Amino acid sequence: MDLPALANCVTSLSCIVTQSTSGLIIGMLLFLVAAGVSLIFGVLKVINFAHGSFYMLGAYLVLTVYGLSDSFLLAVIAAALGVAVFGLLFERLIISRVYGSQVLMQLLVCYGVILILDDLVKIIWGPEFKSLGMPAAFQKPPYLLGGGVVPVYYLFLILLTLLIAVALGLAITRTRLGKIVRAVAINPGMVSALGINTGYVYAGVFMLGGLLAGLAGALAAPVRSIVSGMGLSVVVESFIVTVIGGMGSVAGALVGSLLIGLVRSFGTIGFPLFTEGLMFLLMAVVLVLKPSGLFGREG
Amino acid sequence: MRTSSMRRDCLIALIVFAALAALPMLWPSRGVSDFVIRLAAFGIFATSLNMLVGYAGLESFGHGLFFGLGAYSFALAMQRLGTSIPTALLLTVLLSAAVAGIVGAICVRLKEIYFAFLTLAFQMLLHSLIIAWTPLTGGDQGLTGGVPRPAFLGIRLDAPYHLYLFSAGLLLLCLLLMRHIVQSPFGYTLRLIRDNPARATSLGINVWAMRLAAFVIAGAFGSLGGVVMSLFVSGAFPDFAYWTISGEAIFMIMLGGTTLFLGPVAGAVMLLLLNDVVTKLTEHYGLVLGLIILLFALGLRKGLADYLAELWRERSARRLAVPLPAAPFAEPSNKLSGE
Repeated sequence: MDLPALANCVTSLSCIVTQSTSGLIIGMLLFLVAAGVSLIFGVLKVINFAHGSFYMLGAYLVLTVYGLSDSFLLAVIAAALGVAVFGLLFERLIISRVYGSQVLMQLLVCYGVILILDDLVKIIWGPEFKSLGMPAAFQKPPYLLGGGVVPVYYLFLILLTLLIAVALGLAITRTRLGKIVRAVAINPGMVSALGINTGYVYAGVFMLGGLLAGLAGALAAPVRSIVSGMGLSVVVESFIVTVIGGMGSVAGALVGSLLIGLVRSFGTIGFPLFTEGLMFLLMAVVLVLKPSGLFGREG
Repeated sequence: MRTSSMRRDCLIALIVFAALAALPMLWPSRGVSDFVIRLAAFGIFATSLNMLVGYAGLESFGHGLFFGLGAYSFALAMQRLGTSIPTALLLTVLLSAAVAGIVGAICVRLKEIYFAFLTLAFQMLLHSLIIAWTPLTGGDQGLTGGVPRPAFLGIRLDAPYHLYLFSAGLLLLCLLLMRHIVQSPFGYTLRLIRDNPARATSLGINVWAMRLAAFVIAGAFGSLGGVVMSLFVSGAFPDFAYWTISGEAIFMIMLGGTTLFLGPVAGAVMLLLLNDVVTKLTEHYGLVLGLIILLFALGLRKGLADYLAELWRERSARRLAVPLPAAPFAEPSNKLSGE
């Protein structure tokens, strides 16, 4: 524990700015993954434990496409779409066969998929750490804000993810498709009796989850090292986020992700050994005080 | 009735122990005795997980917490405190039970998916603590320097044959104790809670306390699996607390089946054999194991031992059913084909 360092940090504006922006990008990337986990759970009542592998695939795909095309924009789009297609295949071919089974059976299936993907990634891209490097478009001098350093890419990432969060929130609460998704979450039998193919909705939700996770992996590639197995901590953190925010709530996922991001970035200064512990502590407190999560419905 | 079945179990355990003790004379191979020691570690561990999953209906995804905790606390007690092996065993079991008490108090009231992930989260917490607390645990290099093994009761664990006998004995002893627990009224209360918690509550059973007790017992036994492992490798490594340990244990009990008491041990034998064969043939262990898991989970959908037991039950039911039509009552076949 290093409380003096933490006290030093929160009294200096430059340290607050630096830590907050790094906390925000952790949180924003986490949000993209957690929103998918939360939506899939809300609609299908299945925890997609392999969601972290979607994130990993996004990072590796962007690595390859960027290497081939030299266009970061194209690479990000290709990675997101690629993982969306993978999500669709994963839902149709694998996870749809264990809907309604024991929770452990579902987790076991995801465990198998994670093992396969982690090994495949090693075979295709090699076992060593990879890094993408900052794309040329973002190699500009960072902004200075109250003495703190804010890289251009961080700002871009935060704004883009906020935009996606708002769009996703509106799509779910305001559109007809969003209404169908919410209805399936509550009563799939009634929805299919009304002539809507719930199978398409399930597959669509998985595609959307894949798209977001692939995007997260792609956007994380310039600021993270890419390695087989990188998805696991992300999926566990996503689960913590959905517990804190409330299952199935986009706003909850956003708030939960940002909380976790800030806890992580300030926690590394104050409690370097116990940063992960702080997240679990936060989750335990929420579970005890409000088991349905900050934005979850009671009951 | 119950004492006689207990006596029968003890007798079987003694016979198996004698057979295992003779095995290295009949088949003197380092590989075989190492296999039995690893089987002891994972057999205890998987069976303790099955107490939760199969009997109490608590689907834990973080049971590896206790495997790692057992290995580290035993190895550390031997290295740092210089205690005797029985004292270190006792300390390990007590510590694991205490940790299980705290984790369980938070987790067991949660619904299944929350329970599964929260237990996993606690396991990852231990893993990150092990990695971070380098001065005590050796960090990601693992706890090296060997585990001292002072002799006790004439048992010298630095002799390979003694370690082999000790592991086999501990496995059988733990299996006997766990068997006794699940066959006790407490064990049947757990089954009732698994099948119908509302009914258990209406009968005046404190469901939360019973589940917590099961969690503590399973955690204490699970830590002994870690102890055997730390004696085997003479140290402790962060991988022992990694989530894949829980995944493997779940695969073992799914592979062996959750309805038979020895199903998890059968699953452990199968997975360890598979492990040895696959690592000999290819370096892409994860790929092959993952494919086998998918084939098994999407194809068979139940434990191999469960599957065989069901097949056998159906066959014997059919065999009994053939001569029976003449008989006025067909009770035996009903009983056998039931479930």
